[in-house]
Amino acid sequence: MLSVEGIHSYYGKAHILNDLSFRIGRGEVVALLGRNGAGKSTTLKSVMQLVRPRSGRVVFQDSDLVGAPAFRVAKSGIGYVPEDRRIFTDLTVMENLEVGRQPRRDGAPVWTVEQLFEIFPNLAERRGNRGKHMSGGEQQMLTIARTLMGNPLLLLLDEPSEGIAPVIVEQMAQTILKLKAEGLTVVISEQNLHFARVVADRAIIIEGGEKKFDGSFAELEAHPEIRDAYLSV
Amino acid sequence: MAFFFAQFLTGLANASSLFLVASGLSLIFGVTRIVNFAHGSFYMLGAFVGITLMNVLPGTVGFWGAILLTGLAVGAIGAFVEMVVLRPIYRAPELFQLVATFGVILVIQDLALMIWGAQDRMGPRAPGLRGVWRIFGEPVPKYDLVMIAITPFILFALWYLITKTRVGVLVRAATQDREMVGALGVNQAWLFTGVFALGSALAGWGGALQLPKGGADLLMDFNIIGSVFVVVVIGGMGSLPGAFIAAVLISVLNVFGVTYLPQSTLVLMFVVMAVVLIIRPYGLLGREEVAGEHGQVGAPETPIRPYGRLGQTLVGVLLLALVALPLVVDQFMLILLIDMVVFALFAASLHFILGTGGLVSFGHAAFFGGGAYAAALLVYHLNTPMEIAFLFAPFAAGLLALGIGWFCIRLSGVYFAMLTLAFSQLVWSMAYQWRGLTRGDDGLVNIWPSSWLSDTIPFYYFTLAFGIGGILVLRHIIHAPFGYALRAGRDSPRQAEAMGIHVKRIQHTAFGLAGLMAGLAGGIFVFSKGSVFPTELEIGASFDALIVVFLGGVKTLAGGVVGAGFLTVIEDWLTRLEYWRLLLGLVIIAVVIIAPEGIVGTLRSRWAKLRGHNEEVVK
Repeated sequence: MLSVEGIHSYYGKAHILNDLSFRIGRGEVVALLGRNGAGKSTTLKSVMQLVRPRSGRVVFQDSDLVGAPAFRVAKSGIGYVPEDRRIFTDLTVMENLEVGRQPRRDGAPVWTVEQLFEIFPNLAERRGNRGKHMSGGEQQMLTIARTLMGNPLLLLLDEPSEGIAPVIVEQMAQTILKLKAEGLTVVISEQNLHFARVVADRAIIIEGGEKKFDGSFAELEAHPEIRDAYLSV
Repeated sequence: MAFFFAQFLTGLANASSLFLVASGLSLIFGVTRIVNFAHGSFYMLGAFVGITLMNVLPGTVGFWGAILLTGLAVGAIGAFVEMVVLRPIYRAPELFQLVATFGVILVIQDLALMIWGAQDRMGPRAPGLRGVWRIFGEPVPKYDLVMIAITPFILFALWYLITKTRVGVLVRAATQDREMVGALGVNQAWLFTGVFALGSALAGWGGALQLPKGGADLLMDFNIIGSVFVVVVIGGMGSLPGAFIAAVLISVLNVFGVTYLPQSTLVLMFVVMAVVLIIRPYGLLGREEVAGEHGQVGAPETPIRPYGRLGQTLVGVLLLALVALPLVVDQFMLILLIDMVVFALFAASLHFILGTGGLVSFGHAAFFGGGAYAAALLVYHLNTPMEIAFLFAPFAAGLLALGIGWFCIRLSGVYFAMLTLAFSQLVWSMAYQWRGLTRGDDGLVNIWPSSWLSDTIPFYYFTLAFGIGGILVLRHIIHAPFGYALRAGRDSPRQAEAMGIHVKRIQHTAFGLAGLMAGLAGGIFVFSKGSVFPTELEIGASFDALIVVFLGGVKTLAGGVVGAGFLTVIEDWLTRLEYWRLLLGLVIIAVVIIAPEGIVGTLRSRWAKLRGHNEEVVK
């Protein structure tokens, strides 16, 4: 479904991603693992074209996205949930969802506000509240719900478990498994190995902008030296 | 009592057009974060297009139809401007956008001159609404009451659009985080164009609606923009209800001002603004601005440093050439050179606060003209000797800058820019209206230097000494610890604070210093011309300096000086053409889009590229 082929991304002069390639199949949930600063967020942004790769290709459903404006990437069926949430704090919950709303798409699960409220009951209670009056966990729910309003085929989740209470992390894992059951393809960037193991089928480890590992969690467990080299702090 | 009420109604009627223009500006700013200085030009276009259409379309339907169509036409022009001029520069620093919209002002001015001619036009009367109604025995024009009735509907329509529709939700979301809106699948380019078109249309409607009460002339653009800025600043940037309240406040105050304080109508508005800002720095209904909206253009800037030996030698040779010049060139050339040096010092002082301080001042002419007026007033009223009056110029301008700075430094970014502009308008309106002191637009004349300087050649050396001296002092300060602290405050205010730098105080001092140097330039200026007029304090004068700094290059130290030389020569040549504003405007827009580093900056990066090639090989 998504194929990233040899991308190089930069922030100014800093070389962040170095010849990174990986593929994501339909219906998979894949975790991008790596330490802080390894390039996980940049990878997702490079798919979204919020950071433009200087070379390489990002092929989604047979078309190369590199150079396309971010709104076209979104329209082509990729939903992006940024790590810093970036909800519209002056807008109400309902209005935040409205911004994300896009027409339904063939082959993608269809989401309505009511369905999303079933998955995220907290949001239903706070539908008239402004984003700035919500807790971190609620904001995290809202930012995922907002992206789902676009009925994406592929969901990019940037560190969904970061900065929220352990109870909510548990809830978040359940939510992602629910999304998977609906047939959504998901790429999660994560530092929390435990969380990743619960929700994902496969792990890709990035270090210094390069891919160091790509395989199942069973394989990863068989090689503790990989985990020690790239994931332990 | 009845008279009071009638006056109040007149104020309300005047407010409606002002509100339309201000709401458009506020809307555009809210979404695009661009302060559209050309907004007054759309208002002016609205007036001219409106008159033309009203002459073609007959009767009551024709009149109101013409107003409606005018808004649509001006909106379309706005959309065109947004797509061609602003789209390429959304990510550029504020200054670039402000300068680009100033280019648009010049272009529209000359296009209006070409199409409608230089003559002022009277607006046609509204059919069926020619007379007056008597309210408590006082005559109130019927058209005024209609305007009062229309305004709430417009306010309501805008409020509905912004709060209740999907477009409104998207607009508000984009105001907060454009990139995220894009990442959610919304084509924000069209959203921006749409908002800009709507904002322009509102200005166009404002221009057309006021026609029966006023008319159309080529000065409308600058005349309204000062009031609109005041309204938007008082109301709070981006707040529609704020704009409405402020428009009513200013208009009503103005009507009473004309009756009771006819000498100070212009000043009154700014006094109100100052009072509001002391109490609420972000306006009545405004919110604190989030800093760090704009990025840098191109690669991060390499720190400025003093010239090496080659640079010093070149400057030395140039200075020697300037000193030797009177031996070879004629008097006309010397006068042009005096203008150039004066302008270079003025521009260097602006560059100091803008480039080194990172504070985009839009009212720097207040200090140039302020210095000139300070010296001229002493000579004119007290027969003060020229030498003392001359020294008083920078002193007075520096004090003025410290006073204005006290208000402005508390804000940053576009708020700072608008506030400095509004204050310079205050100084201008005092020079213009306080006839007893300043003789208004008759100006102060016969301000000549002492006899030992009365010939051109001595005055030329006098100019060189103070002009170049001032520029060198500024350069020296930039490379002194004070300059480091100022640059630290510009690049990273928080970090600088954490290191123990009192950023605001440093900026306030720098603002005063910039004013002092501008006043010095003004002092030389007034004695070189022998007179001073309110035009030296106009918005246009501030913009000239901005353009010079911009053309030269904001990030380079020599920028101001090189730009001043360039513009003095170009203007001398350009102003001989009939439509020079059009050309200058197009050049400015082109520079903003194509060579955003300015003349010095572009030359330097070319040079660096040529040499960088070799360096890389060496590595």
